[in-house]
Amino acid sequence: MEPHTIDLKNISISFPGVHALKGCDFSIRSGEIRALVGANGAGKSTLMKVLSGAYTHYEGEICLDGEAIRISSPLDAKHHGIEMVYQEVDTALFPSLTVAENIMFNTMVTGMERNSLINWGEIRKAAKKVILDLDLDISPDTLVSKLTLAQKQMVLIGRAVQEECRFLILDEPTAPLSQNEVNRLFRLIRYLASEKQVGVIFISHRLPELFQICESITVMRNGEVVLQNEEITPEVTINYIVGQMLGKTFEEVFPDRDTKHGDIIYELKDISDCDGKVNNIDIYVREGEIVGISGLVGAGKTELSKLMFGANKCGGGKIFIRGKEVSVRDTTMATKNKIALIPEERRKEAIIVNQDLISNLSIASIDKFIKFLSFVDKSGEVKNAENFIKLLGIKTPSATQKVMYLSGGNQQKVAIGKWLSSDADVYIMDEPTKGIDVGAKREIFDLIYSLAEKRKGIIYISSEISEILAITDRVYVMYSGNVQKELMTSETSEEEILYFSTGGK
Amino acid sequence: MNDAVVATKPKAGFDYKKFLSNWGSVLALIIIFVFFAVTMPKTFLSPGNIVTILRSISVTTTIAIGLTITLAVGGFDLSAGSLASWAGVLIISFFTWHQVGMWLSIPLTILAAIITNLLAMLLIVRFKVPDLLATLAMMFMLDGLSLTYSGGGALSQGMPRADGSPTFGKIPEAFKSMGQAPTIIIIMIVVVLLAHIFLTYTKYGRFIYATGENKEAARLSGIPVQRYRLFAGILATFFIALGGILVASRNMSAQIQGAAGFSMPAISAVFIGRSIAGAEKPNAIGTFIGAALVGILENGLIMMSVPYYSLDMVKGIVLAVALASAYSSARR
Repeated sequence: MEPHTIDLKNISISFPGVHALKGCDFSIRSGEIRALVGANGAGKSTLMKVLSGAYTHYEGEICLDGEAIRISSPLDAKHHGIEMVYQEVDTALFPSLTVAENIMFNTMVTGMERNSLINWGEIRKAAKKVILDLDLDISPDTLVSKLTLAQKQMVLIGRAVQEECRFLILDEPTAPLSQNEVNRLFRLIRYLASEKQVGVIFISHRLPELFQICESITVMRNGEVVLQNEEITPEVTINYIVGQMLGKTFEEVFPDRDTKHGDIIYELKDISDCDGKVNNIDIYVREGEIVGISGLVGAGKTELSKLMFGANKCGGGKIFIRGKEVSVRDTTMATKNKIALIPEERRKEAIIVNQDLISNLSIASIDKFIKFLSFVDKSGEVKNAENFIKLLGIKTPSATQKVMYLSGGNQQKVAIGKWLSSDADVYIMDEPTKGIDVGAKREIFDLIYSLAEKRKGIIYISSEISEILAITDRVYVMYSGNVQKELMTSETSEEEILYFSTGGK
Repeated sequence: MNDAVVATKPKAGFDYKKFLSNWGSVLALIIIFVFFAVTMPKTFLSPGNIVTILRSISVTTTIAIGLTITLAVGGFDLSAGSLASWAGVLIISFFTWHQVGMWLSIPLTILAAIITNLLAMLLIVRFKVPDLLATLAMMFMLDGLSLTYSGGGALSQGMPRADGSPTFGKIPEAFKSMGQAPTIIIIMIVVVLLAHIFLTYTKYGRFIYATGENKEAARLSGIPVQRYRLFAGILATFFIALGGILVASRNMSAQIQGAAGFSMPAISAVFIGRSIAGAEKPNAIGTFIGAALVGILENGLIMMSVPYYSLDMVKGIVLAVALASAYSSARR
């Protein structure tokens, strides 16, 4: 296969209220694995969406092998062999079709030529081959709606590589994957790059992992490319890259905290769900304590978080608030008992993208803004929003901005802010730093610390062990729906947590 | 990091697309009105005709306000016309068959309509049938129910029942005035204002919109989503039944599927009004403007002697244009 080069020259793009990209240059050649990093809102995804044809109102030039091309639709990009796998997997999949159909979807649409009859045997065979290549543990006949998030991601990658693909853009592909799946993915990426001469652009916030897989790195900040194409050598350290991303040096220091905890504020006794995904869980959190729940993808962490908030049907067990048994039948009861949930899938579950910051920040605490009958005091609501925008450092042109236009980290701040507004006592956070850059992550951590200082109880759920170690006081390790082990964070290690989360006893 | 978002200056010049999206429907309303006023100054602009227009808008608006609430909570309703017809049958039967007084008949009718329509809500909220399908089923059920109840025909004063037994009840004169100007127009204005205040300024309205925009996020914010869907459904039924009562009052009888013709114009009104002033969600004021657009168009076309059988076609085309202008520029 001939080597190809893609050059993006002086790319600019604006959205209402925001200059998203300002004269960005970027280039990549076949067979290269390139990391693309930057803080949230730096413009990584935007630049890649320009390249993959999702945004067409850009200024500047895109050249393929030195020749200017115009990419004005995703189909154009595909014709040039540019494929992108998005972060939000559900938007690109057809839940009621099988895995085979989803993988082969592009072929079924564009590869049919004059043929109007689908050759199911061929489709299945080709899909099976992709599944084999990817070393996936999925049957081609499974409906996509039945898959886990990680599996959906793999199906999408399968779809992309199944095409005649010259350049593959992966937008945070590893965020939902377990370590095993990440390794599998990396194997595949290396295979694609060396054997098939695919140029891979790899967007991620997990820097250590980028250093593992990528040969070179591009750093973006505030809509500009600040580091064009730095080869990854031993001299290039994580701290150096983080410094480039933030425009300042960054030290991974976590403040010493007062670890005197108060009484037990929230306790689960023998909690199970109805599907056997969560079994007989005993967990408690004290005032001012940050309790971690660690575990691999599929260990039942998210299911447990929903149970704690009354969002899923409880199969049995009791919940106590400050020693008193309460009924958390539904989310309304949970809110009344001052429990807050910051769910994993931000856009789908936490925020209302089509509404502005004002409404989003007050939705969980609307009673606070009622002065007369059921009328909402708009000015109080606006003040509330402005207050939290300042307090949390949410980057937005105004409080009336629709939340859909905010970057991931800022959306997360809104998702947390709405519970700060309701003054909840117990915060259940499910992967709160998912898809968030180091800078914003630090801000979220600081926020969690300040909550703990205010004697709130925090349950921090994450599959990133380094985060659990960094922020929590105590950790429960989950495995296959059970709490495998309770550990004091100060006395444990990454290895130990991993040991228990893979089923060790 | 704090300057990651660089606000651009407001665009110099005029954003036609946005203007058209936000105000296209109002513009169309004005253009159509002026066009009819210029071409037929004597007839179209006569006080009598203006009252006629307002009267016909009143019913559409009242029913459309019900649909506004349904759509705001993320639902849809095909059965509004049938539900309104059923309310009409009910109230006339109360008058003529049972000689119930007007001030009891109206709440009774609305209550009965709500109880009947609980079936739709049961299907949608409890059994999770998609709104479109549930209300499609309801449409047939309600039409059949109206006919079965009335004995297969229309109801009016002095008309014997299906089994031949005579009826003695009279439709009260006060009921007649309900469907006449100015009462019907006042009812419409009150309905629009109430709905506007309810949806915009109360927490219930806020919760209804939140549920409509993202049910899961609303639920995980502690909003009892199912309860609000039910509540919105009951409220919507209230307004639709009120619309049906107004139709019966105008006709002083209950015709077979007497209000069926209002269903589609009402739905259209909500969708036309959705984009007005950049609201981008179903809203009461927008719905009123949408209903006015449909009503004026219909009236003007009749005055221009467009044959009645062609009316729907012309209305459909104008609606399509209005919707295309609102949606094409709003969603890109």
